Amino acid sequence: MATQATGVATVPRPAASLPAGLTLRNRQVLAKLGWGVVSVGLFVGIWEVLWLIGWADPKLLPPPHVFLGNIPDQARFFNTATRWQIGVNPADGPSPYEAVAITIGATSMRVFVGLAIAAVLSITIGVLIRYFGIFEKLVLPTITLLSPVSPIAWLPVAIFIFGIGNAPAIFMVVVALFFHMVLSTISQIDNVSRNFINVARTMGATKRQIYSRVIIPAILPQLLIVLRLNLFGAWMVVLVAESTGVGFGLGQVIMMARNTFNPSLVFFTIALIGLLGFLSDWLLRILQKRLLYWVPDTGGVLRGL
Amino acid sequence: MASDAYVAWSSQDAVVCRGVGKTWAEGTERAHEALRGIDLDIAPGEFVVLLGPSGCGKSTLLYLIAGLERQTGGRIWAFRDPVEGPSPDRSLIFQETSLFPWLTVWQNVSFGLSIRGAKEAERRAVAKEALQRVGLAEAMDKRPDELSGGMRQRVAVARALAMRPKVLLMDEPFAALDVQTRAKMQDFLLDVWRDSGASVLFVTHHIDEAIALADRVVVFTARPGRIKSIIPIALPRPRDPFSPEAEALRRQLTEELRSEVDRAFAEQEALAAE
Ligand SMILES: Nc1ncnc2c1ncn2[C@@H]1O[C@H](COP(=O)(O)OP(=O)(O)OP(=O)(O)O)[C@@H](O)[C@H]1O
Ligand SMILES: [Mg+2]
Repeated sequence: MATQATGVATVPRPAASLPAGLTLRNRQVLAKLGWGVVSVGLFVGIWEVLWLIGWADPKLLPPPHVFLGNIPDQARFFNTATRWQIGVNPADGPSPYEAVAITIGATSMRVFVGLAIAAVLSITIGVLIRYFGIFEKLVLPTITLLSPVSPIAWLPVAIFIFGIGNAPAIFMVVVALFFHMVLSTISQIDNVSRNFINVARTMGATKRQIYSRVIIPAILPQLLIVLRLNLFGAWMVVLVAESTGVGFGLGQVIMMARNTFNPSLVFFTIALIGLLGFLSDWLLRILQKRLLYWVPDTGGVLRGL
Repeated sequence: MASDAYVAWSSQDAVVCRGVGKTWAEGTERAHEALRGIDLDIAPGEFVVLLGPSGCGKSTLLYLIAGLERQTGGRIWAFRDPVEGPSPDRSLIFQETSLFPWLTVWQNVSFGLSIRGAKEAERRAVAKEALQRVGLAEAMDKRPDELSGGMRQRVAVARALAMRPKVLLMDEPFAALDVQTRAKMQDFLLDVWRDSGASVLFVTHHIDEAIALADRVVVFTARPGRIKSIIPIALPRPRDPFSPEAEALRRQLTEELRSEVDRAFAEQEALAAE
């Protein structure tokens, strides 16, 4: 693992060591990666130094080389839940690495399924609210009332309705995103340029065509940004849901680590979650670029400042 | 509007306005009278320019004729039929660029056809023809944000032309362009207008633009906009902007406008002071 580097000095200088003949795009990506390594390396280095001089108690704040040093040892703890679920002889369960993979897969699946359901549901409801006046009158007040409720308050409801397993965790993700994504969809619709709508009207577009051909493409960019911002929220609630025993997953591992007083396991899991959050944001960014090829990239302008 | 209010107009004029007024937010305390008592006839194939100070209701009148907004007084007919909503017969080119950024240039131009469910081959052919007329056939597959401001306005013109409108309503389409580009665009617009046979109602606050283009110039008063005077220009095109006739017109129009611009300013200051 890259983060095993134990100090700033061992981290390669990002830009200087680039082989010649790379395209500009690849150089930029490499440079970005390099700076990522430097940034994490700096953080890790400080932590290790604090441990070396004895300021960081390894029983409470074990430095990275400790909690990343023995991955199979940590991975043992990922096994329990799957073994319970499979319900067979403990020795027959998946190997420790498989158990880690299964746990990561389960949590990520909940995040992405929840995100997808929340996106489709809230955009549909938001559009229907603006499309049908009667639907707005019936539905919008309730949504507005419920939107400030913390997703944590929904946890008991999730367990009452869905028991344990994937469903309550996915439900939590959906609930955490749904309400304000509906409200955000509505405000995006209200902000669509009048000119766009009027152009379609002068060309004889029906209300349905105006919604499908103009309003939805016009609001997609902002909605995807909202979705990306909510991605981290989704990661947070999914851990909360898992940690209260709706099933196995990274949240459950953290809770177990807390109960058994195992700081190494806590930090190992935190590192995993950080990495996963970063990777999923990167995935959504790619999706955004693919889907919204027409949105100009303003990043270059900002970097030039 | 109920069908018993349907009253056909007797003449074949492209657009007829009788006593047209518009008060925004009528009946509320924010009511705001933009237009009052507009009587205006536009003949088929005629080029009419609206000239007036900022905020006098020029855009508002175009919106009413396009059918995008309802007038609060008077009546509007287009080719004998009362205007009761937007129609592909009357294309409006907006003051701000309004190309859809998620469509390519040719898809933008053929948007109206796709609304009617035309096949891709037909849409491409029509888009190509319209883009050729505005000299942008090579830009078919570009995206709007890859074009310059002038090119974008030409695409907007092509999009309007692709609908084969009988009335072309243009709201300061060249306002954002530099003087040379604007002169080119005016020449090109006159060509397009002659080919299409459509009536054009063109809004500007550039006196030179009015002199270069118009069969008749309609000068508006400051808000609430009323027609102050209608000045026919019988000069043959292309017109020499430095001919004695053009100079005389320039002086006349400047004189007509000056007092209105002063009034508009005084009023806007008074409003701001409230
Ligand atoms: N949608 C609207 N709602 C309320 N008031 C409006 C609206 N559109 C325009 N107005 C008001 O109507 C008046 C006329 O506006 P309009 O846009 O027609 O002016 P204009 O002659 O086109 O001005 P400019 O040359 O600056 O474009 C203005 O005072 C404006 O504030
Ligand atoms: Mg205007």
